[in-house]
Amino acid sequence: MTDDRKPMIECRGVHKHYGDYHALRGIDLTIRAGEFFSLLGPSGCGKTTLLRTIAGFEDISDGAILIDQKRMDEVPANKRPTNMVFQSYAIFPHLTVAQNVAFGLRRDPRSKAEKAALVDEALAMVGLRGFGNRAAHALSGGQRQRVALARALILKPKVLLLDEPLSALDRKMREQMQVELIKLQRQVGITFVLVTHDQEEALVMSDRIAVMFDGEIAQLDGPEALYARPANRRVADFIGVMNFLPARILGESDGAVTVEAPGLGVVELPARQVSRANPDDEGPTLGFRPETMTLVGANQTHSQPRETNATIDEVVYYGDMTYYDLRLDGAAGLDGRARPVRISMRNVFGRDVQEVGTRTRLAWSPGSLVLFR
Amino acid sequence: MAKALDAQARRGYALIAPPFLYALLILAAPLLTILTYSFLTDGYLEVVRDFTPANYVQVWTDPIVRTVMLRSLMVSALVTLVTVLLAFPVAYYVSFIVRPEKKALWLFLITIPFWTSYLIRVFLWKVILGYNGVINSSLTGLGIIDEPLTFILYNVNSIVITLAHAYAPFAILPIFVALEKIDRSLLEAGRDLGESRAMTFWRVTLPLAMPGVLAAVLIVFIPTIGDYVTPELIGGGKIPMIANLIQVQMLALDNRPLGSALAVTAMAIVALVSIVFLLINRRFLKARS
Amino acid sequence: MSGKGRGLQAYAALYLLFLYAPIILLPLFAFNSGTIIAFPLQGFTTNWFAQMWANATLRTALTNSLLIAVSAAILATCLGIFAARASTRFEFPGKGGMMGFILLPMVLPEIIIAMSLLVVLLGAGVQLSILTVIVGHVLICMPYAIAILSTAFSSLDKSLEEAAYDLGETRWSAFRLVTLPLVMPGIISSLLISFTISLDEFIIAFFLAGNQPTLPTYIFSQLRFPKQIPMIMALGTVLVALSIVLLTLGEYFRRRGNARMGGNPTGGFL
Repeated sequence: MTDDRKPMIECRGVHKHYGDYHALRGIDLTIRAGEFFSLLGPSGCGKTTLLRTIAGFEDISDGAILIDQKRMDEVPANKRPTNMVFQSYAIFPHLTVAQNVAFGLRRDPRSKAEKAALVDEALAMVGLRGFGNRAAHALSGGQRQRVALARALILKPKVLLLDEPLSALDRKMREQMQVELIKLQRQVGITFVLVTHDQEEALVMSDRIAVMFDGEIAQLDGPEALYARPANRRVADFIGVMNFLPARILGESDGAVTVEAPGLGVVELPARQVSRANPDDEGPTLGFRPETMTLVGANQTHSQPRETNATIDEVVYYGDMTYYDLRLDGAAGLDGRARPVRISMRNVFGRDVQEVGTRTRLAWSPGSLVLFR
Repeated sequence: MAKALDAQARRGYALIAPPFLYALLILAAPLLTILTYSFLTDGYLEVVRDFTPANYVQVWTDPIVRTVMLRSLMVSALVTLVTVLLAFPVAYYVSFIVRPEKKALWLFLITIPFWTSYLIRVFLWKVILGYNGVINSSLTGLGIIDEPLTFILYNVNSIVITLAHAYAPFAILPIFVALEKIDRSLLEAGRDLGESRAMTFWRVTLPLAMPGVLAAVLIVFIPTIGDYVTPELIGGGKIPMIANLIQVQMLALDNRPLGSALAVTAMAIVALVSIVFLLINRRFLKARS
Repeated sequence: MSGKGRGLQAYAALYLLFLYAPIILLPLFAFNSGTIIAFPLQGFTTNWFAQMWANATLRTALTNSLLIAVSAAILATCLGIFAARASTRFEFPGKGGMMGFILLPMVLPEIIIAMSLLVVLLGAGVQLSILTVIVGHVLICMPYAIAILSTAFSSLDKSLEEAAYDLGETRWSAFRLVTLPLVMPGIISSLLISFTISLDEFIIAFFLAGNQPTLPTYIFSQLRFPKQIPMIMALGTVLVALSIVLLTLGEYFRRRGNARMGGNPTGGFL
């Protein structure tokens, strides 16, 4: 990732109040030119509000928004260099596809023929060549989405804002559009800002992701960093699946922390593997992702530095993957309760799916653990 | 703080202002005026500005007023009952038996007569029910009866039939809407749990349709109690209802305070009945959610 | 279909007959040469239509009624657009109460509206004329207009207007280019319904028109004279035909609007 690209969108201490409701609580954010940026969070976290303040549909209560280094305080939505793809697509049902795409060119001084050429070009770009004369209300969901994209991109905005653009599509169509959107963004080079509640979608598509909770940005990082080193337990919970085990801190030196967790024993974790716990957590917890640990058969060898004995509690078969819920030996030690942990194994050829009740070994490395304190 | 909310609210107020001010000027001001009038005294040629409850005392004690008031209540209650009872099976038929693509046509057919000249429709009922009317002349012509039937003419029965006809769509539509909202799988569940068709109707369909029935009751009851034309035309002016009495006091006798007191009393009765029904309706809606 | 279904169907058919009985009789008597409105029918004639055509008072009444109905329909629909847009698009304190008050004439006995308005107008020394009838008719047509227009406005996706605004239009041109064409069917059916209500309204016209006749008040005055009744039957026939045409048009526009929005075709005027 190159950090030398110029900033395209800057939010400085942005606050938004609706009556007593504090929707945005001091958002500081810089989105660089040409970036594919995602705002990710559960519903009600303020991500759509933030997008709409960038678009100019909502005033901000405090702070400043700059687009292309210009303050947008007094610039209404229709004068901003941004265009939006709406969640419902907002395709004008009384117009044809071509009329929809050409809608924003109404005040453009260019000739009719030039505009028609632009419309054809935009339609071709989104794979709708020859659809110009179709009635808009007869289109499928995926086609509407493409029309909405063409309609916004034809104006060559500096920023394209996408408000949950894929949520209305079925799973197959959604996955296809994810890839197409990435390609399209590379092709046009415009800054894309995507709002989504789907963490997988954000991970697949974005250069960087801002995870939002309760009107604040909880973490701003690239997809890999976000997944591997969540800044706090809430982010870890929201993105992907993570196992949490209660832990006891034995000591620390130079940022490195020595902890003990039931079943895993004593480990020393460097500072970069230590994150913040949630305020309501009862104590420190150790977290790890299901795919970072491996089940090892009785006679198999492995190269992981640590191993733990366990019993298989539950097996859930997914075709390409199998999830195992395991009871770690000694896990009931600390608080008297045994929490099962979940491990996922890819079903490669030659590896049998284990049965419930089987005794097994779990191979792992302290490098895959994150301490939340 | 709350800048956006204020901006939205301001635009909302700006938009609603014209119709609201119009209603304020043309509806609220006159209603307040008759409310004031109802407490004043009728003088010779003009209204005397003395505050008095005398008009209400008169309204509640005068035997003629009481007779007319009770008759109005009875007639509109009867009309409401007849209209809703007649309408329910039709609403049920359209909602449950008519095929979905034909429903709009049925609703259209039901609403058309409502939009045709009210006066002429009322008058034609007089023609149908009259001494030499369609029914009597047909029946005598066929030799079924020798003398024309008189129990359907110039009396409460004829008023009820006419009004039941006039307000038919008002009763059918809300019941239809309520029936349409019923999840059909509930009825199948009722049947599946071993209830008979009739019991399913009684225990599932009817309670769920109740909000629509109550809405129909209100929508029919309120305008019929204030109906002026039907008693005038069908009843031949011999069986006045409250609207006719108000008009007589206000205009013919020029006793505006008493007329106003009558109007306010009528409104109060309508409001009271409405509130009772709305409360019952709330109970049904609560049971539903 | 079960036996119960057939029973209900027969009942529904009888009910329709009950609803249509007066309307069926109307043309029978309008073309009947007998002067008394009773069976048996005498013979075929178009005299009553000719008589109606030649009647000067009737023509005045018709002109007045058309003037009133057109004005009331336009005014009620304009005011209705404001109210419908306010109620479907904006949230503000007191909205429910204000809307309820505007819709109140729908459930208020007309005699009370007419009487209270009359008292105030006379008290204020306003000359009764067709103008005062228009004032009253706008009040009673407005709730119906709002009911129809609210449906049209609320089925509109809010982001359509935002999209137009986002694409460079102003608030007003976004409304004109996107919202207005999409609610136009609703506006037309609101105009037609308001027109029909006003044209047929009797009580307010009866008390607020002064000595100006409107169609319903003229009909009412003539119903007392048996000699005039065949002509009134002819007039009624024309009015019924007109109403059916207007309603069919209104329904057509409403459905076209629905189809355009991808909605379902059920629902009615109320």
